[in-house]
Amino acid sequence: MKAGRVRPAAPTRGGRPTAGQPTAVLLYIVRRLLNVVVMLLVVATITFGIFFLVPWLQHTDPVLRYVGKNANPVAIEGIKVKLGLDKPIYEQFWLYLKGLVAGRSYNNGPDTTWCPAPCMGISTQTQTPVWGQLTGDFPVTAWLAAGAATLWLVFGVGTGVLSALRKRSVLDRVTMVTALAGVSLPVYFTGLVTSALFVYNLGWLPESDPGVTLADDPVAWFQNMLLPWITLAFLFAATYARLTRATMLDVLGEDYIRTARAKGLREGKVIGKHAMRATMTPVLTVFGMDLGGLLGGAILTENVFNLHGLGYDALNGITKNDLPMIMGVTLFAAFFIVMANLIVDLLYAVVDPRVRLA
Amino acid sequence: MTAPIETTGSVAEAPPEAVLAGASAKQIEGRSLGRIAWERLKRDKVALGGGIVVVLLLLVGALAPVLCALVGQEPDIFHTDLLDASLGIGTPKGAFGGMSSTHLLGIDPTYGRDIFSRIVYGAQISLIVAFGAAALAVVIGVLLGMAAGFLGGWVDSFISRTMDVLLAFPQLLFSIALVSVVPTKLFGLSGSGPRILVLIFVIGFFGWPYIGRIVRGQTLSLREREFVEAARSLGAGRVHILLKELLPNLVAPILVYTTLMIPTNILNEAALSFLGVGVQPPTPSWGQMLSDSVQYYTVDPAYMVIPGLAIFITVLSFNLFGDGLRDALDPKGN
Repeated sequence: MKAGRVRPAAPTRGGRPTAGQPTAVLLYIVRRLLNVVVMLLVVATITFGIFFLVPWLQHTDPVLRYVGKNANPVAIEGIKVKLGLDKPIYEQFWLYLKGLVAGRSYNNGPDTTWCPAPCMGISTQTQTPVWGQLTGDFPVTAWLAAGAATLWLVFGVGTGVLSALRKRSVLDRVTMVTALAGVSLPVYFTGLVTSALFVYNLGWLPESDPGVTLADDPVAWFQNMLLPWITLAFLFAATYARLTRATMLDVLGEDYIRTARAKGLREGKVIGKHAMRATMTPVLTVFGMDLGGLLGGAILTENVFNLHGLGYDALNGITKNDLPMIMGVTLFAAFFIVMANLIVDLLYAVVDPRVRLA
Repeated sequence: MTAPIETTGSVAEAPPEAVLAGASAKQIEGRSLGRIAWERLKRDKVALGGGIVVVLLLLVGALAPVLCALVGQEPDIFHTDLLDASLGIGTPKGAFGGMSSTHLLGIDPTYGRDIFSRIVYGAQISLIVAFGAAALAVVIGVLLGMAAGFLGGWVDSFISRTMDVLLAFPQLLFSIALVSVVPTKLFGLSGSGPRILVLIFVIGFFGWPYIGRIVRGQTLSLREREFVEAARSLGAGRVHILLKELLPNLVAPILVYTTLMIPTNILNEAALSFLGVGVQPPTPSWGQMLSDSVQYYTVDPAYMVIPGLAIFITVLSFNLFGDGLRDALDPKGN
């Protein structure tokens, strides 16, 4: 774990720019960004491919999702032409990609709909551009992720460090047992139980209302988000406490910690400055992946607590067979996962001075 | 010719006292890694407890029909006579969701089906999917991970990029979408068979990159070791090196990650069932019972707690056992 990202200093192809060389770092970022684009392109191709196959497997005409089965054939044909569903699959895909970059105009002569860039198609349920819907619901998911992440970082890493420093103490044992229970409890169970308990039995919190926004009614919004934050954070805090404790114990056995202590450095500085840096490296990796994953939609949490974020959109899209919506959320989510990984890799160099970008 | 598992560097690096600690040191004897691990595991009471529960759960899953016959209950029999219709939805008569000596865990609302037998059959489904998916992930992960680590070059690049792409997919979303579009009849199978196969495939397919990365990394470092060099210099072919030199050394990490993958798979299966895309009713599953219970919580809270606890206990015992196994097989431990 501790040596995970530290690379040997041997020269390799292309050289190893250090974090201190601005041009090299810039080049690295550009290369990684190109990589991100390629990854997203692959994800888009696979998703498009699979969900093009679905209507074909089910022997249904995708246009029927937009118009309903009883529309007259002329109207159906018109909409088919308008949405480009009459074109072959590769051309449809090309138009989709072009729409993402430059926007797209759906028309069949008189009837024109403009879908501005980045155009992810038109939702079959609402008949409006997917992008607008996703960006409209994103704040819910973002607030959920941000609040939970803050909680789990503070409590997870905090208890993990304390546990490692007081190894085998009562605190350590209690924390680790709680953490193990935490990783074994699914969020859809803790979510149901806590909301049943605090909303129904004790009446401490009002029933959740997906319509409340931060701007309209901050108090109701906070009450709405409190349980989702806590249950989601509990799950992750458990993982982080275990990871932090294990890494910290590894790090405390390192020679340089002994050296720091031998030099007479205060214990607070040894832990806070030397041990914490190395401990944060694996924590950061996991954090990037977790946060990236959550930003693309916390499907289970949003479902349990009736929050209308990206996860809700995704599930709704799936149950209503809304392919443009599924495509949109998949791409949105993949973007966050890939970007989070890139940012984590960049932050390594900041957290751990031994890391070189390559 | 082969490097037996007990003489590789990983064990040689272990401090001698660690090897001796288990026995009363009457005489020095050579011990295999497996034996050392077993002796460590035997001393780890928590892990052993987890292991015992795991074995019990496997028995419950395997003997589900026998167990149900023993208590005289079937998962699909409606006991509507035991339901109280006064609230309009049919709630179980009696305390704790109608628990009694005939219905050990009570009966479910509206239908009055025996919860004990539904939990037992749910365990069967859960374990079949979790083990099936883990097996699929291990086979793909080990094959491709070893190929990537051993062959290097473009094969490695291709496999590594594939793993990166799979890890970049929003997995739960994609699983839900994939599972929900597959038709209910497949390869001449009907009922819950096709759905179970699809669940195994989807969960296993998104699980292999995790094990693939670990195997690739291990293979990459092992192939440079002296015993591989020695085998090669004695004229061993690629297949021999892969199967007889490298694979035995990969058994420990594979075993540990498989054990730790199973609880994740159980959670995933339950999540998909919870969202309504797992095995379809009337086949019982824990996640589906849990999502069912939401509407009855105010009148029958026991119905929510039971499947949740079943998931919790199962996942916890696999985690405890997996953690213990990892510590026992860790050459650095003592």
